[in-house]
Amino acid sequence: MIQYIVRRVLLAIPVILGILVVTFLIARAIPGDPCRSALGERATEAACEAFNQRMGLDQPVLVQLGIYMRQILLEGDFGSSIRYSRPVSLMLIERLPVTLELGVSALILAVMVGIPAGILSAVKRNSRIDVAAMVGSNIGVSMPVYWLGLMLAYVFSIFLKDTPFWLPPSGRLTAGVIAAPFYKVWDWQLVSGSLGAQAADFFSNLVLFNSFITGQWHVFSDGIKHLILPAVALSTIPLAIIARITRSSMLDVLGAEYVRTARAKGLAERAVILKHALRNALLPIITVVGLQTGTLFAGAVLTETIFSFSGVGRALFDAITGRDFPVIQAFTVVIAVGYVAINLIVDICYAFIDPRIKIE
Amino acid sequence: MAVQSPPVASVEQVQDYRNNSLLFLTFRRLFRQRNAQVGMLILGFLVLVAIFAPALAPYDPDQSLIGVESIDKRAGPCIHLLGCPADQPEHYMGVDGNVRDQYSRIIYGTRVSLFIGFSTIGLAVIFGTIIGAVSGYAGGWVDNIIMRIMDVILAFPSFLLAIAIITVLGRGLQNALYAIAIVNVPVFARLVRSSVMSLKELDFVTASRSLGASPLRILFIRILPNAIPTLIVQATLSIGGAILEAAALSFLGLGAQPPLAEWGTMLGTERNQVFTSPHLVFFPGIAIMVTVLAFNLLGDGFRDAMDPRLAQLAKS
Repeated sequence: MIQYIVRRVLLAIPVILGILVVTFLIARAIPGDPCRSALGERATEAACEAFNQRMGLDQPVLVQLGIYMRQILLEGDFGSSIRYSRPVSLMLIERLPVTLELGVSALILAVMVGIPAGILSAVKRNSRIDVAAMVGSNIGVSMPVYWLGLMLAYVFSIFLKDTPFWLPPSGRLTAGVIAAPFYKVWDWQLVSGSLGAQAADFFSNLVLFNSFITGQWHVFSDGIKHLILPAVALSTIPLAIIARITRSSMLDVLGAEYVRTARAKGLAERAVILKHALRNALLPIITVVGLQTGTLFAGAVLTETIFSFSGVGRALFDAITGRDFPVIQAFTVVIAVGYVAINLIVDICYAFIDPRIKIE
Repeated sequence: MAVQSPPVASVEQVQDYRNNSLLFLTFRRLFRQRNAQVGMLILGFLVLVAIFAPALAPYDPDQSLIGVESIDKRAGPCIHLLGCPADQPEHYMGVDGNVRDQYSRIIYGTRVSLFIGFSTIGLAVIFGTIIGAVSGYAGGWVDNIIMRIMDVILAFPSFLLAIAIITVLGRGLQNALYAIAIVNVPVFARLVRSSVMSLKELDFVTASRSLGASPLRILFIRILPNAIPTLIVQATLSIGGAILEAAALSFLGLGAQPPLAEWGTMLGTERNQVFTSPHLVFFPGIAIMVTVLAFNLLGDGFRDAMDPRLAQLAKS
């Protein structure tokens, strides 16, 4: 088992190196002058030269690549944003939690609804429930996320205004609602700038987590209210795909001999489906859940735009349009490495669920 | 001992073999599939709309009606049959912020979206096939390098990679098409590579090689035709996704640029008006959804038709 995990991790290393190189090259290939985009159109030649020297942009590209790799891999330093003159790591601490909360709640929604719907469809094959679920999932896969988001925002904040179902159309929290970070509530003494302080900052930016552990319930409920619509919009496509795969995977398994045996020996239908069938149907389902996590990150760009969330997706989009190289590089690397890590976790899950895999 | 003449296939038998070719069987099963039937119906309808757009659209999609009709900008739908006063000009889906007839723009948008779907996936299939074929046939380090590059491309969420590519190439519909084609290449490259690898050691290929056929001939005449059915399935399934991604890029302002009547652009330019004029957001979204749905249904139908085991399972 350990050997299998180690091999998987080692195989991921060249991909991550490749990601670093590709993001670096893409960021450099973006046309336009970072100096002019940072200092303004009318910056003088001398000012630009000094700027390029400070940012290391006057070095040959290969040297820049080398410095960049060394900084990230050895020092964990992502550099500073050209536009905002702030360390990129600080921006990540602010923005990654927003996207994480959004993505995780969308994923939970997709799994909690998608898998049961798929199982139900497979068990009641060709019934009305099955047809309805499959028509629904076909429509769900074909729906533009941003369109659904806008329509949800319209229905829940305009159409249902003055009803208990009203939900806010944008923002992470209502203006004026501020959550005190847990480390201040609990009076922790943190050295500012230290790793511990940064980690504490990161976790306190997870609005729901922070307000839950400190018992700031008005912030918690406000945070939930703002999260519902974006999470629903973001979860539609993964939900539909998970439901479809669950159904076809369960159908495959339900016809197998051992399921008949399980029924023949008098097991309750519930045990047959949930213990015998589902466990064997899980492999393709987990694959799809893993793949969809990547889609969630991409969908986050659109969802965060619609609902005015200042998360990673939106920041990346702004950085790309503003030619902010360090931000583009860092955020793309974080997203892509996250994607690789999820695939790695999926691979390791396989070995737990299907013991045959690790022998290969 | 009587000499037995070798068995000769009759004309009917040959006909029979032909009728049982994989592609033929697939198509026959396809036409019996409910999903595929619905998909083909919608798609046929969309193709007709695209072809006859000038006849169907009551207005020029790019013409502003300021000064032509007395109508407010972003006015809602007005249909005389549904009780809209007869003295007001009829606009089935209302007018947009530039006082253009939205219904006409949606109709013309069909052309753009179908073109996007076919051209992006067409490009991806061509390049993916070449890359995958070379990789699978050459094997060794060539294969290794090409496939690692494909792995890296696949390591990025495709939509984000498309955004990054557009930033390098510049905004605009054409560059958006290239970007979407590029992110779709690895899928086809992998597909073709695996079928080339499974076929290249088979006897009919060895026979062809011993007859002196060149590698190119073996690859393109003997091996690749066998990969066509799987390519068609994957291509149909990918077209829906490509249309969806192109619309999303246009929505963000990276793809098609105004005034082109493209559904994603229409949605994007009016998205801040959703609370006051929801019709300007509602209809383009429905149009995108129906088109993508048609391709997805057809693709699903194709896949089930290719895999009779699945089709059987669905029936039982």
